[in-house]
Amino acid sequence: MLEAIILTIITAATPLLLAATGELVVEKSGVLNLGVEGMMVMGAVAGFAVTVSTGSPLLGVVGGAIAGVLVSLLFAFVTLTLVANQVASGLALTLFGLGLSGLMGESFVGQPGIKLASLDIPGLTMLPFVGKVLFGQDILVYLSFAAVFGVSWFLNRTRAGLILRAVGDNHSSAHALGYSVIGVRYLAVMFGGAMAGLGGAYLSVAYTPLWVENMTAGRGWIALALVVFASWVPWRAAVGAYLFGAVTVLQLHTQALGIGFPSQFLAMLPYLATVIVLVAISGNRRATLFNTPSSLGKSFVPDR
Amino acid sequence: MKKLALLAGTALALAVGAVSGASAADKLKACWVYTGPIGDFGYSYQHDQGRLAVEKELGDKVETAYVENVAEGPDAERVFERFAREGCGIVFGTSFGFMDAELKVAKKFPKVKFEHATGYKSAPNMGLYNARFYEGRYILGQIAAKESKKALAGYIVSFPIPEVVMGINAFMLGAQSINPDFKVKIVWVNSWFDPGKEADAAKALFDQGADIIVQHTDSTAAIQVAEERGLKGFGQSSDMIKFAPKAQMTAIVDNWGPHYIKAVKAVLDGTWKADDVWEGIKDGTVHMADYANMSDETKKLAEATQAKIAGGWNPFTGPIADQTGKERYAAGVVAPDGDLLGMNWYVKGVDDKLPQ
Repeated sequence: MLEAIILTIITAATPLLLAATGELVVEKSGVLNLGVEGMMVMGAVAGFAVTVSTGSPLLGVVGGAIAGVLVSLLFAFVTLTLVANQVASGLALTLFGLGLSGLMGESFVGQPGIKLASLDIPGLTMLPFVGKVLFGQDILVYLSFAAVFGVSWFLNRTRAGLILRAVGDNHSSAHALGYSVIGVRYLAVMFGGAMAGLGGAYLSVAYTPLWVENMTAGRGWIALALVVFASWVPWRAAVGAYLFGAVTVLQLHTQALGIGFPSQFLAMLPYLATVIVLVAISGNRRATLFNTPSSLGKSFVPDR
Repeated sequence: MKKLALLAGTALALAVGAVSGASAADKLKACWVYTGPIGDFGYSYQHDQGRLAVEKELGDKVETAYVENVAEGPDAERVFERFAREGCGIVFGTSFGFMDAELKVAKKFPKVKFEHATGYKSAPNMGLYNARFYEGRYILGQIAAKESKKALAGYIVSFPIPEVVMGINAFMLGAQSINPDFKVKIVWVNSWFDPGKEADAAKALFDQGADIIVQHTDSTAAIQVAEERGLKGFGQSSDMIKFAPKAQMTAIVDNWGPHYIKAVKAVLDGTWKADDVWEGIKDGTVHMADYANMSDETKKLAEATQAKIAGGWNPFTGPIADQTGKERYAAGVVAPDGDLLGMNWYVKGVDDKLPQ
């Protein structure tokens, strides 16, 4: 039973983790992209469309990432090049993504998809208990963890990561030092788009191999909340995503056990848990401020 | 964050315009208002299939238009009013939450004909229509009781409204008619539409021992989980056999086409009047997808029950007792439609506590 629950939690947490890791990098560069939901849903429709058209879920995953990058470029152009308001543009991106994905996906409604295969390592996957949990996942699950470690290493251990953080903390100084603020932010936004696209593709190719409009059902917003929850630290985003996934899945199990607890309260639990942790984290002001990108959400216009 | 998503959804609804065909003055214009996207492959999708059936059947005598993603509540009024002003001869409001808005507009435009699905308020120019989906659910209950090896089904539900409670009760009455000890585990996902959560709920129910899944949510996610695990289930709203060729035993298909064709034809003939119709298996509005993936014996039983219901028998015929054991309907008494439409209690044998 425990193994089954853990397996379900992994699938519930992975799309959140993928999108949150991407958005974390975007925000670290000082850009607030509220369009995660829009990019995710575009990734979902593109992932599904490519999978069905080519017969290859792997190509579908790549297609999802590309779609995420393409719509994120639109956001980058509007907010970075044209210096539009980031909050408004992000919300617009979500609406745009939901609408466009519905239009693009119209002919795919009611078509069965192909599920992304999970790795199957003879011997290892057969191990009792840990076998399926550790070695029987699909590639995106491993990728989500690789991304957490990769992003962590990149931000804290590389020069490029240092520059990205500098841009996010004080874009004027970074600019004065000769770094291309806009260039760095473009790359960060594109990375965020790719990760959100992967998260979306995970939904339509691995989680539930189907396409229907609005199938992300608010997961992009949860990913956004997770970034704040994680106070911009990658491994905390992983903890947050798994906590959220765990509470979601456990409340379903509690209901099925028939304890007679009000289901509305149980459904509220994941959000309640998020709020409680947020409050606990923000209790430590210094640590929070230390990690918060100071230029978050501020537009940058280079003074020539 | 949920709130924000909701806000975004509303804004999206505002942004979506009406899609309409070529216009001609002498044609009857029939118009539909949907609450979801027509791409949901569920409730709104099936209403739109009904609209397409009207177009196909009546060809160039009609012109159709629709607006999708309309938020339920007062905001829907604008959409109905616009349709009334645009010269629609008949307007169909397809969701419960449109009722008050539609009624208000109907009173303002007495010459335009209105029909509202699943509600209870009407006007001289606003009729009501609904489908007896519970008839299908009774059959599902019988099939589940016959085919389940563990005498245990998992039931995924959205919100505790009478339509859903009625469905659970009909399912249990059907199951108990085969096996009085049949049990059901109920999981509320508090959403009509979240494929991921529906899949998680299905997994949870299977992990806890159910071997058949029933759903009152719209997506194909749950039955796909059944397919993956080699277990069984039922489709909802649409025939989902393509998604689960080995798992779907049957599906309750919302087949609105016959009703829409009848209503639009009546407007064309000038015989339309504000009716209150609740159609079921007999009228074809509730359609059972082909029985599959079950024993011949079960199939025969399902077909016999279907024929019996089509012949006029109501699954809510007493004796029926509620959870506390209190008799609600004595032997031979048929539950009145009004009771069914307001149903807020479980029949005996359901272990869940109804969220109030």
